[in-house]
Amino acid sequence: MAIFPFVVVAWILAVGLYGIVTSRHLVHLIVCLIVVQSSTYVLLLGVGYKTGAVAPYFFDVPNHTPAVDPVVQALALTDVVVEAAVTALLLAIAIQAHKRFGTLDPQELVQLKG
Amino acid sequence: MTPRQRRWIFLIAMAGLAAFYLWGLTGLPGFGNYPGPYGDVINSIAVAETNATGVVSAVNFEYRGFDTVGEEFILFVAATGVATVLRQMRDEREHEEEEAGADDEAATRDAPPTSGAIRMVALIMTGPAVVMGWWLASHAQTTPSGGFQGGVVLATGFILIYLAGKFLAFDRFSPADVTDAVEAVGAGGFAAVGVAAVAMGLPYLTNYLPLGITPGAVSSSGTIALISFFVGVEVGAAFILIVSELLDQTLLIRQGSQ
Amino acid sequence: MSAPHVLAIVAPPYTVSAGMMDVLQVTVLVLVAAGATMVALTRVPARQVIALSVYGVLLAILFLVFQAPDVTLSELTIGAVALPILLLLTLAKVRERGDSGKSGERGK
Repeated sequence: MAIFPFVVVAWILAVGLYGIVTSRHLVHLIVCLIVVQSSTYVLLLGVGYKTGAVAPYFFDVPNHTPAVDPVVQALALTDVVVEAAVTALLLAIAIQAHKRFGTLDPQELVQLKG
Repeated sequence: MTPRQRRWIFLIAMAGLAAFYLWGLTGLPGFGNYPGPYGDVINSIAVAETNATGVVSAVNFEYRGFDTVGEEFILFVAATGVATVLRQMRDEREHEEEEAGADDEAATRDAPPTSGAIRMVALIMTGPAVVMGWWLASHAQTTPSGGFQGGVVLATGFILIYLAGKFLAFDRFSPADVTDAVEAVGAGGFAAVGVAAVAMGLPYLTNYLPLGITPGAVSSSGTIALISFFVGVEVGAAFILIVSELLDQTLLIRQGSQ
Repeated sequence: MSAPHVLAIVAPPYTVSAGMMDVLQVTVLVLVAAGATMVALTRVPARQVIALSVYGVLLAILFLVFQAPDVTLSELTIGAVALPILLLLTLAKVRERGDSGKSGERGK
């Protein structure tokens, strides 16, 4: 039971990678990439969790109450927003690929040589 | 390589990776048993040092502020990339349209009219969304909020204008060159706050503004509030820019495929 | 600030057994795993965007249960609002260009 969240992380990673490998549409591939990225957020927060602790905000709890790790939360927080912008860039490139080659099937795009 | 072969190769490789991963998990201290001292140290000294009760934002903008500058510039570059790729396509398409002699009025497109319910809800929610985005971006040191979330909510408020009306209204509220300039101000402002510290002879991104008296007040914790404001402006402008570029693309194509 | 002085503050006054999770956390973790499976195995992109929106809300609940309200806010705004907007706009753009009947219709 102590490693159940990390097993879930591995499952999400595996399912996302399976979606990427067997994808027939570039937008489907990009959404599966989003799923793979989300597994890293769960991993970060799972590593920093402390049982019986509160969120690291001392506005209404007294100082020195046991709180979870704030550093991994800071990492996950900027991570979520920045990956959305990178996804937008990937979508723009997918639009360009569709305009150039007429298809969004990654298994057909491999065979086209320019 | 057929898809079936690809699937089988992937499953075998994934089984090997999963075996290694589970073997590595047995060395972890277990969920909930947090051993590392770094988080506890930060939790105990952050409020006293920075007068900010939101320790996550203090970590983001003060203790690890240099990483946040890097992440914000990743976002800036990604938005610029989207604008570059899609504007080039739009210019090519407009050139084709001019040669074909098509009309360039977005108001003559034959999209179905927006339903009244959507329009009313979007109109009602636009004001509160903008206010909430501003509140989130300016209260980083107090409660769970910060520049990143506030910027995205702010952009959502502007996108609701498009949902409530036509694309022309959205375009008038956020023209592309003004959005570009605002985004640049946000990104540059963050870097400038750090450079101002260097100009005073301190290390880059030192907290040199007065820290305030009450921990967790809005005007406390020095540069954290200022940096969060700039980050909110930049993230909001970046998302408005990305969405407006994509909207331009869909409108031109709907105009072209009559 | 000297290190031994800091560590004296840090000694936790509680004892906890590793691996104790409440029912809520286990339930939401199972739901998140099911949600990820649902998102990856939905082949039609337009439906997958709706599934992604639901998955974003489930992830936000998970982050809240893990005592991380900041990440909850980020994930809610991004995963349930901003990402579906971007994806739907891209799909609208891609579908209008010249009747792309090949891309995306196979997975039905």
